[in-house]
Amino acid sequence: MSTSEDSLITTEVSSERTGRSDRPDETVLAARDLDVYYGDERALASVDVEIPEHKVTAIIGPSGCGKSTFLRCINRMNDQIAVCRVDGDLSFHGKNVYDDDVDPVALRRRVGMVFQKPNPFPKSIYDNVAYGLRIQGFDGDMDARVEEALRGAALWDEVKDQLDSSGLDLSGGQQQRLCIARAIAPDPEVILMDEPTSALDPVAASKIEDLIDELAEQYTVVIVTHNMQQAARISDKTAVFLTGGKLVEFNETAKVFENPDEPRVEEYITGKFG
Amino acid sequence: MSTDTNPGPGITGDAAATDAKQRNKRARQVLFGCAAFTVLTTLAIFFVLIDNAVSYFYGARATEMIFLGVEPQSAVGLIEFLNVRELLAGEARWAPEHATPSHNAWPIIFGTLAITVGAAFVSIPIGTATALYVSEYASPQVRSKLKPTLEVLAGIPTIVYGYFAIAFINPVVLGPIAGLFGINIGRYSMLSGMLVVGIMTIPMVSSISEDAMQAVPDDLRNGAYALGATKYDVSVSVVTPAAISGIFASYILAVSRAIGETMAVTLAAGFNANITANPFSEIMTMTAYMVSMARGTSAIGTIEYQSLFAVGLVLFCMTLVMNLLNDWFKRRFQEEYR
Ligand SMILES: Nc1ncnc2c1ncn2[C@@H]1O[C@H](COP(=O)(O)OP(=O)(O)OP(=O)(O)O)[C@@H](O)[C@H]1O
Ligand SMILES: [Mg+2]
Repeated sequence: MSTSEDSLITTEVSSERTGRSDRPDETVLAARDLDVYYGDERALASVDVEIPEHKVTAIIGPSGCGKSTFLRCINRMNDQIAVCRVDGDLSFHGKNVYDDDVDPVALRRRVGMVFQKPNPFPKSIYDNVAYGLRIQGFDGDMDARVEEALRGAALWDEVKDQLDSSGLDLSGGQQQRLCIARAIAPDPEVILMDEPTSALDPVAASKIEDLIDELAEQYTVVIVTHNMQQAARISDKTAVFLTGGKLVEFNETAKVFENPDEPRVEEYITGKFG
Repeated sequence: MSTDTNPGPGITGDAAATDAKQRNKRARQVLFGCAAFTVLTTLAIFFVLIDNAVSYFYGARATEMIFLGVEPQSAVGLIEFLNVRELLAGEARWAPEHATPSHNAWPIIFGTLAITVGAAFVSIPIGTATALYVSEYASPQVRSKLKPTLEVLAGIPTIVYGYFAIAFINPVVLGPIAGLFGINIGRYSMLSGMLVVGIMTIPMVSSISEDAMQAVPDDLRNGAYALGATKYDVSVSVVTPAAISGIFASYILAVSRAIGETMAVTLAAGFNANITANPFSEIMTMTAYMVSMARGTSAIGTIEYQSLFAVGLVLFCMTLVMNLLNDWFKRRFQEEYR
């Protein structure tokens, strides 16, 4: 990361994205006073945030500040962690996902997720992409949906002749795009990405970045990243968490990177802290 | 190892290094000795088996023929031993000690296969389901109780299972059921043998399968959960296929165990060699035959006594096939996840 004051992260790419930013913000996800505990340890402290529809929202912050925890709250993947407890409100289209009548399985079918480490199933490429639809009992034209998802993940041309070969035979970057295809195949509304490029080389990473840009046309994307330039390049809005699980700044990406309200955020972005 | 130029301390051999080398060498010799002992014992068993089995078919042991020049004579022909025509005609009889002896082994081969297949129908579904429950469904507390229980089950001596069959399964469970069909169940029955061997091998299937399932990385589970998979979806369509090679290995081990199982099956299924479809009738497995022959009255060296080794050889071949199958499965369904 840069260390001098005057080399604040460039936001030139971000300003290209005004086309999308022009639309009025429609809130899809809203956290209100959200606390998360692992046992007695608090990982998120009264987080308030409103995530707009069809935008890319980046979440940045130092290691251990609760970025992944926040992401896992949204699709209730925290349910898998026995010691994890969530307090407060996290609403999806106005409905608190922690209400008793919410089925996490149904929620996750509308909120897809891509993980840090590519994790394709040890199945064929086709079966990987079809998995989500199959478990939902989809009985339409599967071939078409698989192709659509692979095209959406910019992977179709590379794999169209080897759909039957194992997803594990692909390169890391291809595997991650396969995971993206797998996530978008059931046509969710929101896609959560937890450092999706951190295990990839720069070329593969930049392919994914281009892809995220396109995905935002159709989906609401929330992406955790450690890469400031990446956040600046691809996101419309940026949320900055700092140690202690506090959300200290949430604003237009350009604003966060050029002129943050919080001095600590500026320090973090310029690499003086964290 | 030493060179002209000294590259620095600790690289060329000083006294301490020479000492360490010596120790290393001795350890190597001891370990090799133990490994060699194991291999030699196995070879010796195999050798004795073959040597004696030869005398069943040719009237003299292979060693006797080679070293003492004993002429081979035909004793029991291989055709007689595995006579398929008699088998198909329903006339196969295994009665080496009978006044009119008959050496057709199919009835006891049938006994072993019937018990093995029947036991597999018990142990494979229940063992796999148990493994899935322990690995995927059970809470950590339940798992920490269930796993040791299964291990205890695996450690119960087989004779205890045998008495369980003779004192409980056969009279209490199967007796009344047989009664419904108007059959008077005896002390032993084929079904009792199938059940008890099946129950015995459940822990083998469940614990090895469960290990394989636990080895499936959580990344894969999370990937499926994040797509809206239920626990059932994850168990059936992610964990099981990913762990399939270990699961198959557990099946093969359980089947091998069932083939070779002796004590429990002898007490449960009985000593009456016959090919039957009636699950309530007494049968005899190859192992049961070997037990009864070894403790019987036939003199060592007689043809009836030597049949022990011929039957043993068949048993050995069966387990060998299972081992080869295991190797093949392992290669074919290598754990693919990384
Ligand atoms: N499964 C868990 N059990 C217990 N504590 C956890 C668990 N996962 C996270 N934590 C704790 O919660 C806090 C936030 O973790 P989290 O993984 O959300 O951070 P992060 O911002 O994603 O960090 P990184 O950038 O390193 O991925 C940390 O203090 C961590 O120790
Ligand atoms: Mg994280």
